[in-house]
Amino acid sequence: MNTSEKVLIKGNYAIAQAAVNAGCQCYFGYPITPQTEIGEYLSSEMPELGRAYVCAESELAAINMVLGATATGVKAMTTSSSCAVALMQEALSYACGDELPVVLVNVMRAGPGLGYIYPAQGDYNQAVYGGGNGDYKIVVLAPSNVQECIDYTYRAFYLAQKYRNPVILLADGLLGQMMEPASFGEYPYPEVDISSWALTGAKNRAARAIYSVGPNEKKHIQHVYDLFEKFETIKKNETTFEEFQVEDADLILTAFGSMTRNIKAAMRLLREKGLRVGCFRPITLSPFPHERISELALKGKKFMVVEMNMGQMFKDIKYAVGDKSQVSLLNRPCGEWLSVDEIVEAVLEEVKNVARV
Amino acid sequence: MLQESNLKQVFGTPKCMKKDFRFTYCPGCDHGVATRLVAELIDEFGLKEKTISSTCVGCSVFLYNFIDIDCIEAPHGRACASATGVKRAQPDKFVFTYQGDGDFASIGLAESMHTALRGEKITSICINNTTYGMTGGQLGPTSIMGQRTTTSPNGRNKEYYGYPIKVAEQIALCDGTAYSARVALDTVAHINQAKQALKKAFEVQLNGLGFGFVEILSSCPTNWKMSPEQAHERVREEMIPVFPLGVFKDVTAEGGNK
Repeated sequence: MNTSEKVLIKGNYAIAQAAVNAGCQCYFGYPITPQTEIGEYLSSEMPELGRAYVCAESELAAINMVLGATATGVKAMTTSSSCAVALMQEALSYACGDELPVVLVNVMRAGPGLGYIYPAQGDYNQAVYGGGNGDYKIVVLAPSNVQECIDYTYRAFYLAQKYRNPVILLADGLLGQMMEPASFGEYPYPEVDISSWALTGAKNRAARAIYSVGPNEKKHIQHVYDLFEKFETIKKNETTFEEFQVEDADLILTAFGSMTRNIKAAMRLLREKGLRVGCFRPITLSPFPHERISELALKGKKFMVVEMNMGQMFKDIKYAVGDKSQVSLLNRPCGEWLSVDEIVEAVLEEVKNVARV
Repeated sequence: MLQESNLKQVFGTPKCMKKDFRFTYCPGCDHGVATRLVAELIDEFGLKEKTISSTCVGCSVFLYNFIDIDCIEAPHGRACASATGVKRAQPDKFVFTYQGDGDFASIGLAESMHTALRGEKITSICINNTTYGMTGGQLGPTSIMGQRTTTSPNGRNKEYYGYPIKVAEQIALCDGTAYSARVALDTVAHINQAKQALKKAFEVQLNGLGFGFVEILSSCPTNWKMSPEQAHERVREEMIPVFPLGVFKDVTAEGGNK
């Protein structure tokens, strides 16, 4: 499927095949709905290609296998969902400290706890702010359709190695389980030279150690500063977002991931009703496009955040908007997504209230 | 007078040890001997250039400061998982883990056991000193009945704390294990046996036979509050009766399983 031809494919299979195309050499995983198809697909693909596939005994083991594999310079990945990604937080903190190019796909389901297998977006905080210990930052990419599941899986592998930093592809059950036409194309990024740091045996060079424990206080503090300086570079180079008709908009609908689809549709309907509504959608949730949102807020544009959680990205938008403008929230923790009609209705209601004032 | 050419060096630092290494182990601790045996075997098998080690959290966390080989530091208990990743990514490399009993057999028991069950072609070394050494001597998975620690001040009893795990026997039960043995370092004879066991655990990996495992009974004079001599006495009199030395599985032996 390494062509520009369009195929009708399920999100989970798209992610799996994209990982294969990206040159993922090792897959380690443990089953959990709604992402199990990724592991199933790779269990036949990887051995056929002479690559490694391990049914790990737990998500804890799976992510630590990724740590070991990526430390040797190969591309490696694990995939999971919400409550099981919670188990991986320790290793993600290590991977940031160790500067390992880990790729993790989270096909979100509902929480807290075991929650349910409905699609949800409740792991925004977990991915963006992290559940591990210490100061660290992960790159988080949020696809909104099956084509982007492919494109951002490619990008995840590239960014992880380019910056030696973990990358999370934050999808949800909706994207994992639905079929859409999409094309794989070729892996569009150059191969990153890992020869200066990868563990391959100390042949004709000094031995290398990859660790996060500080050899002493001074060096450890410097290491954390260096990690954050690196993330500033990532922010400068890699922050991406999408916006539609924001220039003349009074209200900007804002969403990430699968909910982007509905704010786009709602915007079109509202425009037909003569309302000046725009759309804004962060693609990198981390680094987050705070600056662009601040810019738009400064022009007096109001924001409505639409998300399937109790208002997690809402806080980032509020932070970016500050006291420059207003932000409202339309949300539900999980389950049925927020339909186009609901969004249209909520906007009309807000406009009515403003008119009344 | 002896000609210089007749002089033969009979003892020295293993070549793969770092030139400026300084052990951070406590005086009298057997870790230093265990680390040295591993280094000697890396030299003898000529593995320095193809070894990648996965080290643990605990007293041996700084292994990469002692042996001049590529190392990745795994989170506490995850060395076998991390080593699995290394080996699957680099099947032609020699991969070993060097862990304490808390790391291997308590917090990491699932990873250790499943690595053995999968028959990963790696070598694992578990230092059993019946306590959590680095945090100052708490009750561990291998603390023996009656043992007083900072978290079992009245001694380990079955009602309160349950029983210690016999790691080498448990690992021997896994079908993917090619070799499992328990050794001690309290006497020269035991040190020589330990080296032979480690050699076997290296060989089963090099020959692609499966998981190689050695549990090493080690003294911890600091946390046992004993002199090094007293600590070795304890290994002999209290530990070995509970944790008998021997080979519990060896697929290369005649009959296949002894």
